[in-house]
Amino acid sequence: MLQFILKRLGLALLVAFTVSFISFSLLFLSGDPAAALAGETASGEDIEALRRLYGFDRPMLVQYGEWLFSALQGDFGESYYFRLPVASLIADRLSVTMTLGVCGIIFALLTAVPLGVIAAIRPNSIIDRVALFISVAGQAMPSFWFGLILIVVFAIQLGWLPPSGTETWRHFILPTIVLGYYAMPAIMRLTRAGMLDVLNSDYIRTARAKGANETRVLFRHALRNAIIPVVSLAAVQMGFMLGGSIVVESIFALHGAGYLAWESIARNDLPTVQALILIFSMFYIVFTFLADVLNAWLDPRMRSS
Amino acid sequence: MITAGTHDSLLDEITGPTPGQMLRKRVFGHQGLLIGAVVLIILTIIAILAPWIAPHDPYAQSLMTRMEPPVFMGGTWEHPLGTDHLGRDYLSRLIYGARISLLIGAVAALISGVIGTAMGIAAGYFGGKVDAVVTFLINVRLAMPVVLVALAVVAILGGSLQVVIMVLGLLLWDRFAVVMRASTMQVRRREYVAAAQVIGASTPRILLSEIMPNIANNLIVVVTLEMAHAILLEAALSFLGLGVQPPTPSWGLMVSEGKNMMLFEPWLVLIPGAVLFVLVLAINLMGDGLRDVTAPENRS
Repeated sequence: MLQFILKRLGLALLVAFTVSFISFSLLFLSGDPAAALAGETASGEDIEALRRLYGFDRPMLVQYGEWLFSALQGDFGESYYFRLPVASLIADRLSVTMTLGVCGIIFALLTAVPLGVIAAIRPNSIIDRVALFISVAGQAMPSFWFGLILIVVFAIQLGWLPPSGTETWRHFILPTIVLGYYAMPAIMRLTRAGMLDVLNSDYIRTARAKGANETRVLFRHALRNAIIPVVSLAAVQMGFMLGGSIVVESIFALHGAGYLAWESIARNDLPTVQALILIFSMFYIVFTFLADVLNAWLDPRMRSS
Repeated sequence: MITAGTHDSLLDEITGPTPGQMLRKRVFGHQGLLIGAVVLIILTIIAILAPWIAPHDPYAQSLMTRMEPPVFMGGTWEHPLGTDHLGRDYLSRLIYGARISLLIGAVAALISGVIGTAMGIAAGYFGGKVDAVVTFLINVRLAMPVVLVALAVVAILGGSLQVVIMVLGLLLWDRFAVVMRASTMQVRRREYVAAAQVIGASTPRILLSEIMPNIANNLIVVVTLEMAHAILLEAALSFLGLGVQPPTPSWGLMVSEGKNMMLFEPWLVLIPGAVLFVLVLAINLMGDGLRDVTAPENRS
């Protein structure tokens, strides 16, 4: 087990290192970040001054090395727009994104797992069909459009919930639904498939044969085994959702890290964008690492692969 | 009397249906696949014929007829789906928007398909170090937040159609690589691959004429799913203002332009979003259906 964890940890670190290099070099794609920063109307002198001010005149690898070295110490430089340290700027905004991500995954699990279980117990029943419809529709639903519809219906027409902002817990309900619905189809399909698989297995037949009551069979024997892959999928989805929250945050004007990313990209705020890409990647890497370890801990067969 | 017809049915009883007939039966017996394919074909024809069937020029502005409602909300047949905030005919923009979505979906899926399939087949067939490198690259790619990276790159390079297609094509190869890698691993253990190796077939020949045809069904499924994915992402990027730029009639952009008037004219947002939903749903239904009818367990 320890060997497995160390191996995965090494791999995760290597992935993190590669991602950091890509996210840094991506922003040099235009060839000249100083010109992009200065805008179209800037003179050659202005661009040259900017280039020296931010150190773009040095070789890219030197800039990367310096950036990575400070980033490891938690220093991501200063935001071009806010004139504040990027690290504290992001730290301020992360709580909103994390709250949204946690609420979203809880919403997804609370709706997808029961639906998946019922669908598996009664295949081809009405509930199974409804569950299938919800998951197929969920994969095709443009999340920005879904969010706008929820705002029109629940915030404007019915007036039950606020359309935007972060002041109270009620502001998080609609964004949670939009973000959670994004993760739901995959979780539900996996729960259903896992339950169907387990329910047809020998040990369930044995449990039933020895006269265990059905509730006990379903929850103690079946669900406990079917839920293992769902837990790791949920962790991976959580990583995806944090990266995808940029759309949801922009619709509901939630001033989290995703919103900050959107603003910073529009404003050519390179240090903030670089740091955010790296941080969202780190979340994904950490969550998948935890999922791998959790899987291996719950199911020893996973440790060998 | 023995006619040609009875002769055929006698033959059928002896030989049974051919694999092709069985496949046709499964395809036409699968509701989701049929509905998805029909909707997708109709939308593709509309997109191709856009210049001939669109009632107006999608770029022509008319300040006299701004924000006219659709015909079912009291508008006129002059503009069946109304006009937007610049007086452009909404139906015409919607029809031309189908071109943008389908073009981006198809080309992005093609680019990412070539990249991901090459990586996946190489990893699955050669295994060892090649597999380790490809798996590592897949992990790196999955760790990058797609929307964020796409937005940032489009912001730097400018929001032209070509840039959006290239960015999506270069980002969405991960599922191709994952699925093709797994399928190749399964196929390469079969006897016919070993037989081809024994008679001295070259590696490119084995990959192209032994491996490829046997993983093509999985490839088609991933192509449809990634096409749907690319279309949704383009719409999201354009909605956020960092995808296809105005005045191009992109559905995501239309939702974004209608958003400010959503309170008074909700149809400005509802219509383009609904069409986008229907297109993506159709492609997904087709992909799911193809997976069902080509899965080996359904062949008996």
